[in-house]
Amino acid sequence: MNALEARGLACSRGGIPLFRDVSFALTSGEWIAVRGQNGSGKTTLLRCASGLTRFDAGEVLWNGQDAGTGPIAFRAQLLYAGHAAGIKDDLTAMENLRDALALRAGAPTNEALRGALAQVGLDRHRHLPARRLSAGQRRRIGLARLALDPAMLWVLDEPLTALDDAGQTIFSDLLQRHLARGGLALVATHHEVAPAPARELRLVP
Amino acid sequence: MSAVAAGSFSGAFRWAFARDLRLSWRHPGETMLMVAFFVLVASLFPLGVGAEPQLLQRIGPGVIWVCALLAAFLSLPALFAGDYADGTLEQMLLSPHPMSGWVSGKIAAHWMASGIPLTLLSPFLALQYGLDAGTLTILACALALGTPLLSLLGAACAALTLGARGAGMLLALLALPLFVPVLIFGAGAAEAQSSGLSPSPHLSLLGAGLIVGAMALPAAACVAIRIALD
Repeated sequence: MNALEARGLACSRGGIPLFRDVSFALTSGEWIAVRGQNGSGKTTLLRCASGLTRFDAGEVLWNGQDAGTGPIAFRAQLLYAGHAAGIKDDLTAMENLRDALALRAGAPTNEALRGALAQVGLDRHRHLPARRLSAGQRRRIGLARLALDPAMLWVLDEPLTALDDAGQTIFSDLLQRHLARGGLALVATHHEVAPAPARELRLVP
Repeated sequence: MSAVAAGSFSGAFRWAFARDLRLSWRHPGETMLMVAFFVLVASLFPLGVGAEPQLLQRIGPGVIWVCALLAAFLSLPALFAGDYADGTLEQMLLSPHPMSGWVSGKIAAHWMASGIPLTLLSPFLALQYGLDAGTLTILACALALGTPLLSLLGAACAALTLGARGAGMLLALLALPLFVPVLIFGAGAAEAQSSGLSPSPHLSLLGAGLIVGAMALPAAACVAIRIALD
């Protein structure tokens, strides 16, 4: 069992308070949808939870331990996908996927990479440089990464942007599988996603 | 690419080094441009100041060093900016591996793609200035020691200017003054050799600078990147 807990988080950007006293708890097999208007601090909350942005008050606990001071155990289980997907235009879909996984988790075999790309519908495009892929296809490289990365905690910022209906279904399936194997997810999204979230976290500016 | 064990410096180093080299290999325009700039500017000086052998021998080492320094500077603004814009730096920072591994790997790749071609070309350019064989060798040695230090210093400055408006200009203002000691000792080594003195004090100082820089500057760049991503 893994658990992520945030207590009394507060953050301000450029002197303007974004949110304060935000708390949530997440255990294996659950996901939380972070909702709120544009500019309400969804991205900042996700960045605070994953340790990219320093917060003014509060704490983030991973399995009861401060996520900021025991970062290796926390980061080994953390997959963060922000607005920018870390995809290089000059590399092919296959190379981008392999690099993204090697950066964090390890080296999957070529068959595993091909299988994941086929699963997200990029099989025929796997040797194209990423610059020739559409925005949705680039997003699908990120989906293939979700399929292969063994991380237990997903922190995803608007994962459905630019995805078509089929892409959204693939995401739902991946999320369902992740939760079924005991994974946790913190997802900021404006969309309705198929396995209903355990809780909704609504940020009001 | 092999698997990287959690918390491994060398794994992160290898990953960043191999990927950045692959990217510059796939996109050789930037390295070519830098090399062309180096060759062109170093060749303009003899045309400008006239073909007087003594004058050329006198200014040769300094001119080649200044050209190499400016050429190495050309590719610095892009060192972290691409990874910053496309989110790779965030992924590096959140990976279970030490940030200094990623940053050192990137700096090493930058040196491979800028410092090494410049060092290898310098003896040929120095021929235009009529430098003798001993001075040519010392010039190349000084560049081999000095260019990695330029990459290290430049990387720390490039990390400091991440996300700033007008980052390129700011980077020039920050980095070029810091390059001055490298220039003085680098050009000084070749000059000492050509005037019959021993170049080894200059080379030793460059080497010492390189060791200190390699220990301290990647860590400084990491702190700057962390601040830029906050």
